[in-house]
Amino acid sequence: MLLPCRLLSSVAPQRLWVGLGSRVTGSVNSLTSFRAINTSPKDASTPAVQHAEEENTSTEAAKLKKPKRAPFIKNLFLGRFDKSVLEFPEVLDQDQHELLHEMVVPIERYFLEQVDGPKIDRDAKIPEETLQGLKELGLFGQQIPQEYGGLGLGATEYARIAEITSLDGSIAVTLAAHQAIGLKGILICGTDAQKEKYLPQLACGDWTAAFCLTEPSSGSDAASIQTRATLSDDGKTWLINGSKIWISNGGFADLMTVFAKTTKILPSGEKKDKVTAFIVERSFGGVSSGPPEDKLGIRGSNTCEVFFDNTPVPAENVLGEVGGGFKVAMNILNSGRFSMGSSGAGMLKRLLSWSIDHAVNRKQFGNYLSEFAMIKEKFGRMSANIYAMESMAYLTAGILDGQEDPDCSVEAAIVKVFSSEGAWKWCSECLQVLGGLGYMKSYPFERYLRDARILLIFEGTNEILRLFIGLSGLQTAGGELREVVQKLRNPLMNPGFIIGKGIERFRQQKDNPKLDLDIAGHLHPTLQPSAQLLEYCVKRFQYSVEMVLAKHGQAVAAPKNQLDVARLADCAIDLYAMTAVLSRASRAYCIGLKNAAHEIQLASVFSAEAAERIKTRVRDLEIGPVQNHDDLYSRIADAVVENKGYVAEHPLTRTFW
Amino acid sequence: MKLKPEVRQDRPSTRRVQGIRGRVQLFSIKSSPFTITMSLRVLVGVKRVIDYAVKIRVRPDKLGVVTDGVKHSMNPFDEIAIEEAVRLKEKKIAKEVVAISCGPTQAQETIRTALAMGADRGIHVEIPAKEVEKLEPLHVAKIMAKLVEQEKADLVVLGKQAIDDDSNATAQMTAALLDWPQATFASKIEKTDGELQVTREVDGGLEIIKVKLPAVVSADLRLNEPRYATLPNIMKAKKKKIAKMKAADLGVDTSPHFEVLDVADPPVREAGIKVEDVDTLVTKLKDAGRI
Repeated sequence: MLLPCRLLSSVAPQRLWVGLGSRVTGSVNSLTSFRAINTSPKDASTPAVQHAEEENTSTEAAKLKKPKRAPFIKNLFLGRFDKSVLEFPEVLDQDQHELLHEMVVPIERYFLEQVDGPKIDRDAKIPEETLQGLKELGLFGQQIPQEYGGLGLGATEYARIAEITSLDGSIAVTLAAHQAIGLKGILICGTDAQKEKYLPQLACGDWTAAFCLTEPSSGSDAASIQTRATLSDDGKTWLINGSKIWISNGGFADLMTVFAKTTKILPSGEKKDKVTAFIVERSFGGVSSGPPEDKLGIRGSNTCEVFFDNTPVPAENVLGEVGGGFKVAMNILNSGRFSMGSSGAGMLKRLLSWSIDHAVNRKQFGNYLSEFAMIKEKFGRMSANIYAMESMAYLTAGILDGQEDPDCSVEAAIVKVFSSEGAWKWCSECLQVLGGLGYMKSYPFERYLRDARILLIFEGTNEILRLFIGLSGLQTAGGELREVVQKLRNPLMNPGFIIGKGIERFRQQKDNPKLDLDIAGHLHPTLQPSAQLLEYCVKRFQYSVEMVLAKHGQAVAAPKNQLDVARLADCAIDLYAMTAVLSRASRAYCIGLKNAAHEIQLASVFSAEAAERIKTRVRDLEIGPVQNHDDLYSRIADAVVENKGYVAEHPLTRTFW
Repeated sequence: MKLKPEVRQDRPSTRRVQGIRGRVQLFSIKSSPFTITMSLRVLVGVKRVIDYAVKIRVRPDKLGVVTDGVKHSMNPFDEIAIEEAVRLKEKKIAKEVVAISCGPTQAQETIRTALAMGADRGIHVEIPAKEVEKLEPLHVAKIMAKLVEQEKADLVVLGKQAIDDDSNATAQMTAALLDWPQATFASKIEKTDGELQVTREVDGGLEIIKVKLPAVVSADLRLNEPRYATLPNIMKAKKKKIAKMKAADLGVDTSPHFEVLDVADPPVREAGIKVEDVDTLVTKLKDAGRI
C-alpha cells in the first residue's frame, strides 16, 4: 500500500479504535480495560526480529542486552522518568561500528553516481538497472538474518542506511515497502519453513515483496477490511477474493503479505469474522494489478491496485495464527516507523547544505544571503530540528537493539510524527531560501518537497498516530491513576489523600511543581538549565495527564475530546525530543566529540523552545475549551460542515445602499 | 626482458605448497621454463588518500594539507587496479589477489574495501601517522619489492598514480628494483601464453606492448570501471585476513630523502577588467606582453 496508511500501529487497538472512530462504543468501558488489551510483551513489535538479528550479527561474543524496562513514554504519562534513557545508547561494538561505516561508503557512492533522481521522478519509474544495482549491493535484505542470505542488521544500522537511501524518495519507499512491511511479517511471525522457503530469494532481491492491507473502504480502520478468504472443504487451501488499493510495489511484487477476513466458529457455535494474514505468491494465480497510480511525489515508486480472484493459498502459508492477522499487521507497522527519523534527517542534511551553498554565493542589497538574520534563523532552527530528529531516531533504535523485549511502539510513532512534519516544513524552508529558483524543476528542492509530503500520510496518518500516542499513554496511566482520579472526583470521602495531593496540586496550579527527579544529575553540568526545564516539563506533563483523566474519565477516547489527547501527544513528542537531544549532547560533551559545544547549543535552544510549547499546551488544558478557543473552532467547523462550505458572506456583499 | 633465474628457481617448491593445480600446470607447460601457469599471485597496492570530492585546505603551518576529520577513501586508480586483479581472478588467470597498503592504522579500512571488492587477503604495512606524509614512492617501491619476494608474486598491479601527491613513480620504481618488465598506464590487459598484452593510451593513439611475466603493471583511468563493494561482500571480507607489519620488519628504511619547505594554495585567479573596444583590448594585451 502506499504503505499502510492506515494503521495505527499498535499494539493496542482494535477496541480502542472502535472507541475513537464513530462506530460502536460499547466496549470502551474504562481505561483499565484498554490496559488489558495492551502491553503483553510479545506484542511489542520488533523484539522478536531484533533478537534474531542480533544473534546473527557478526561478532562471536553474545551481546548482553539490558534487562527489559517499562516503556519510556508510557511511563512518562505517570510522571515517572526513566533516567537510564539519559545515557545515550551505545549498541554497536567496535566490529559492528567499523562494518557499518564500511557499508555506508559504497551505498553513498552508488546513490551519488548511479541514481538519477530527476529522471526517476520524470519517468515515474526506477530504471531496471538501478534496481538491479540496489539488489546487488544487498539493500533488499537488510534486516533478514544472515543465515537466510540477508545482512542481519539491527535497528541502529538499518536507521543509518536509511539516511542514505532517503536521498531518493522513490527508492526509499520501494525498499521500505519490500522489507520494512512487505516481508517483515515473515521475519516477525513466520514459521521456520516459511522463512527457509521465502527469505533467501527476498534477501537477494530476486523476489520483491509488498504489503496488502488498505482497501477502498478501509483506511485507518484496518479491522474493517472486506477481502475474504475461505477454506476449501479439505482444509488445505484458502481462496482469497477482494481488492487492495495503494499497494507499493503492487505492480511487480512476487510475494505479498495479504490481510483478509476469515470466519471463525467460536466454541459456542457462533460465527465471527477475524482478520488473518497470508503469504501469497503472485504465481498462485488469480492475482492481477491495476495501472500504476499517478502521484504527487515518490513518483518512481510503484503504487497500484491489486486484485485477488479466487487466489488459492495453501494452508501452510497462513502468517501467524488464523484470526490473528490484526495483531500481525500492527506489529509489522509498529516495527518499521522509527527509521523515518533518520531518513528525514538524512534528506534534510543534504538539502541544508545545498541551500547554504546558495546563501553564501548569492548577493542582494550588497550582502550575501547568509548574512541576513532571517535566512540565518532558518538555518539555525533547521539544524536544531535535524538534531532532534537524529537524536530521537537513534535513541529509539538504540533501545530496540539494546534492551530485552523492548516496547517502542509509542516512541516509534513519536519519531514518525515529529520527523515527517519536520521533513515537510524544513524542506519547504530550504526551497524558500532559494526563492524562485527553488521552485524550478531544475533544482531538486521541489522534488524533495513533493516526495516528503507522503511522510505525513502513510504508515499511519499523523492524526491517527497522535491519538495512538496520547491514548496509549493514557491507557497506561489510566490503570494506575484510576484510583487517584476517583478520589479526586470525590474529595469529601478521601480527605487525607486530598490534603496530600492538594499540596502538590497547589504548587502545580501556581505553575511551580516540585522538582525532585534529579535529571540534571545525570547530564553534563553545562546542560543544567535545560535539564531543569525538562524536569519542569515532566512534572507539568504528569499534572496534565491527571487533569485530562479527571476531566474526561473514560470518555477521553471519544471523538470530541481529541484535541486534549492531541495536546498530550504533542507534549509527549516534545518531551521525548528534549530527552533525546539532552542525552545525546551530554554524551557528545563528555566523550569530547568534535563540535560538542555546538551540540550543546543545539540541545539548549531546542529544549528551551520545546519547553515553551509544552507550557502553552498545559496552559491550554488548564484554561479549558472556552478560553483556549477549542469550543469556538468547533462551532465554526459545525457551521461550515452544515453549510457544506465556507459560511461567511462575500466581502463585497451589501445589505444597504 | 630476461628474468633472473634465481628468482624463478624456488617457484616449483612453493607451488607445491599452494596446491596441486598450480604445480601440475607449471610442469605440464614445457615450452618455456618461465611460462607462468594459469594461476598467478597478484599483489595490488591500495593507498588511502583524501577523497576526490573533498576540497583540499592547506594546513596553517604551511607544511602540508589538512587531513584531520577529512573524508578519505581508496585512491581511484588503485580501485581500478584492484578491479583488474579481481577480474583476472574471475577469469581464472589469477589464483590469489593480495591487497597491500602502506599507511596509518586507518589504511586497514582501505584494505577492507579491497577485500570487499574481491581481494583474498591483505597486508598492512603500518606507517606511523606522523610519517605518512613523508613516505616517498621509493619507500613504497622497496616495500612492494620485498613483499613480492616474500609472497612469491607473479604480477604486481598498481594505480598509475595516487591523487594526493601525483608522483606516478611507484610502479616504475618497483619494476626497476625487481628488475621486472613494466607495462605502465594500461588501458587493457590480456593474457597470452606466459605474457601479458597490454594496451596503453599514448598521445595520438594506442600502443600495444607485450611483457613477459612476472611483471609490474600500472592502471590507467579507462582500464575498467570498478565495482561497488556490496554489503554482503563487505561482511564476508570481515573474515579475510590482514597481516600487519612494519617497514622495518621488511628491512626497508623509510627515512625521507627530501624535506617539504612550503605548501601553498594555487594562486587565486585575479579579477578581470572590462575594456571599451577591441583596440583597447589589443593594447592592453600588448602591454601585458601576451601578444
